[in-house]
Parts: sequence; structure tokens; C-alpha cells
Amino acid sequence: MNSRKTELLVGAFVAMAIAAALMLAIHVANQGMESNGETYRLYAKFDNIGGLKERSAVKVGGVTIGRVDSIRLDPSDFTPVVEMTISKQYMEFPETSSVAVLTSGLLGEQYIGFTPGFSFDGIENLQDGDYIEDTKSALVLEDLIGQFLFGRDSE
Amino acid sequence: MDWLARLGASTLESLSALGRATQVLFGAVIAKPQPVKHFPLVVKQMYVVGVQSLLIIIVSGLFIGMVMALQGYTILVDYGAEGSLGPMVALSLLRELGPVVTALLFAGRAGSALTAEIGLMKATEQLSSLEMMAIDPLRRIIAPRLWAGIISMPMLALIFSAVGILGGHLVGVDWLGVDAGSYWSIMQATVEWNEDVLNGVIKSAVFALVVTWISVFKGYDAVPTSEGISKATTETVVYSSLAVLGLDFVLTALMFGIN
Repeated sequence: MNSRKTELLVGAFVAMAIAAALMLAIHVANQGMESNGETYRLYAKFDNIGGLKERSAVKVGGVTIGRVDSIRLDPSDFTPVVEMTISKQYMEFPETSSVAVLTSGLLGEQYIGFTPGFSFDGIENLQDGDYIEDTKSALVLEDLIGQFLFGRDSE
Repeated sequence: MDWLARLGASTLESLSALGRATQVLFGAVIAKPQPVKHFPLVVKQMYVVGVQSLLIIIVSGLFIGMVMALQGYTILVDYGAEGSLGPMVALSLLRELGPVVTALLFAGRAGSALTAEIGLMKATEQLSSLEMMAIDPLRRIIAPRLWAGIISMPMLALIFSAVGILGGHLVGVDWLGVDAGSYWSIMQATVEWNEDVLNGVIKSAVFALVVTWISVFKGYDAVPTSEGISKATTETVVYSSLAVLGLDFVLTALMFGIN
């Protein structure tokens, strides 16, 4: 085994490993949005976030525009505050936009559905660090059943 | 009192072995590294431990991916969730099977060879001859092998995972008829680069250090007889496998446990 051939084979081995890493980066992990692009932050207060987790998606009509960065409890009024990082590509959302905690499919994971509002005179766009006022909480199955039962009682 | 003395003796022996192993690691890696001079040696060893392990890594990766797709499909299809086959195969490969199985195969394929080679060098007094020529065998013999192992194994684990995911695609999509779009897109939505791929590489690098360290130390510390070398080779495979499986639990708990 001469050293030239050894070097060639080791080079091929390294190239193969790089190809595997690239394939994992592009085809397997979603290296799309988070890496190449700046983001800005939006906040939203919910009554109940259900099963929302950090890194859950933020979607407009099914298109992922950002992710949930952190979830914490506001110490003054004990409501969950969700911090979202949104890609700078999508800057022009009016202040009247609303967010809701939704579930993909019957048993799927939960995500934030972002509905852009109407923009007319006097309404500004959402900026970095803004709070979205119009929020809709997650549907909790037990609450729904409770409402249904009590609703029948009052009839 | 006899058993107490035996306990003490075995404790002292393990401690001193640990000390010798640390001395080997420090002598080979920390003390005055010469990256330029020793680079060709590392390349040669990467050929021995890396390139020559490729075949077994690719074949086992392919078959493990295929078997997982087959097993996962039969369970997931009952719930109409066969679209989740992609993330199941990808996550189990990237997080667990890739690093762990690569490390186990590496210990069997390359680690045992390293131990036997270095042990035989010791038995035939090649290491002592090097010392007589004022060449430090730790840096001439041990260090290139250690580095080659540490560099090669994460690369082998990446190749293993990539090939396994392709194997899962082969069985899941091409044979069992899972939709190709959902196989890739749900996988992309679930797998995260830092969380899953990078943690797998870190795991693999830790396993690489441990397995190669055990291999070269067992060879360097072997009793220089044919019996001693065979014992050292066996111990390399046993200790490496145990260390990998034990460390895997600790690393998994640290990386993925608290969520």
C-alpha cells in the first residue's frame, strides 16, 4: 500500500463524511430558516397554551414563519407569555393580527396559528418586541366536555 | 480478612491502571503535540481505522435503517401514522443507533486490531527499541492512532446515519409505499440540526475518545506474551462496549432527558 493511494482513499473517506453531513443538514434537518436569516421577536399572552412547547412552529396559513423561542409565566398576572422569533422575511404584519394555539391533525403537535389582520390608516406594523393583543387559547378537551355537559343542563 | 485484602488489592490495581491510562492519554495527546510532523502518520492510521471500517459501517447502517422502517411501518400503519416513519427512523438513528452501533462496531473492527498491533509491538520489543532511539513511542505510535480514531468515528457515525435513513427510504417508500413527500417533509419538520444531529456527533466524539483510548491503552499495557495480547484484545472489546453503553445512558440523560 503506497502512501499516495492511502491518501486518496482517506480523502475519499473524508469527502464521504462531508457528503453525509450535508445530506443530513439539507435533507433531514430543517436548516432552512433559522440559519440563514435574521429574526425578530414578538410576544403574546395566552390564558392557556395547552401542549405548546419551545421550538413549536409559528404558521401563517400553514407556512412556517418562525418558532416559539421561550415560554414563561408573567409574574404579575400569572398568565403564560410566549416569545416567538419570526423570520425578518416576514416583517409587514399589521398590529391587528391575531394568534391562536392550534393542533395539526387530531393527534398532532401544537403550533401557533398566526392570522394577519387588516391594515388601514392609523394601524402600524408589528415591530421587534411588540405584544400581540388578540390571542386565542388552546382548546382543552376537558373544558370542552365540561361546557358541553353544563350547556345541556341549562336547557 | 482475606476477602478484605483482595478487595483492597483489586481497588489499588484498578486505580493504578486508571492512572497509567491517564498517563498514556496525557503523554500521547497533551504533552508537546507536533501536528505538522505527525500528520502523515495520522492519515495512514485514518486509512486503517476509518477507511477499512467503511464497509461494515455502510452495510450495517443500511440494514438497520431497513429493519427499522419495516418494524416501524407495521406498528405505525395501524394508527394511520405511517407518515411519521421518516422522523422515527431519522431520530433513532441520529440520536442513538448511529453513535452507539458505530462505536460498538468500531470497537470490534478497529479497536481490537489496535490493541493487538500495539501489544505485539510491545511483545516484540519494538516499543523499547523506539525508546532506545530516543523516540517517544507514546507520540510516535499511540498519538496518531488515538487522533485517527477520534477523527474517524464521528465521520463514520454520520455516514452510518445517512445510509440508514436512505435504507429506511428504500424499504418505507420504495417497497411499502409510504408517501415520499411525507417521509422527507415530516422528517425535516421534526429533526433539528443542533438538537439532534450535532448532539449525535458530540456523543460519537465522546465514544471515539473512550473506545480508542481503551484500545491503545490495553495494547500498551498488555502483558507481552501471546496469552496477554489475546486477553488484552478481548478486554478491549468488552470494556469498550460496556463503556459505550453506560456512557450512552448518561449522555442521553444530559442531552435529551430534561425537556
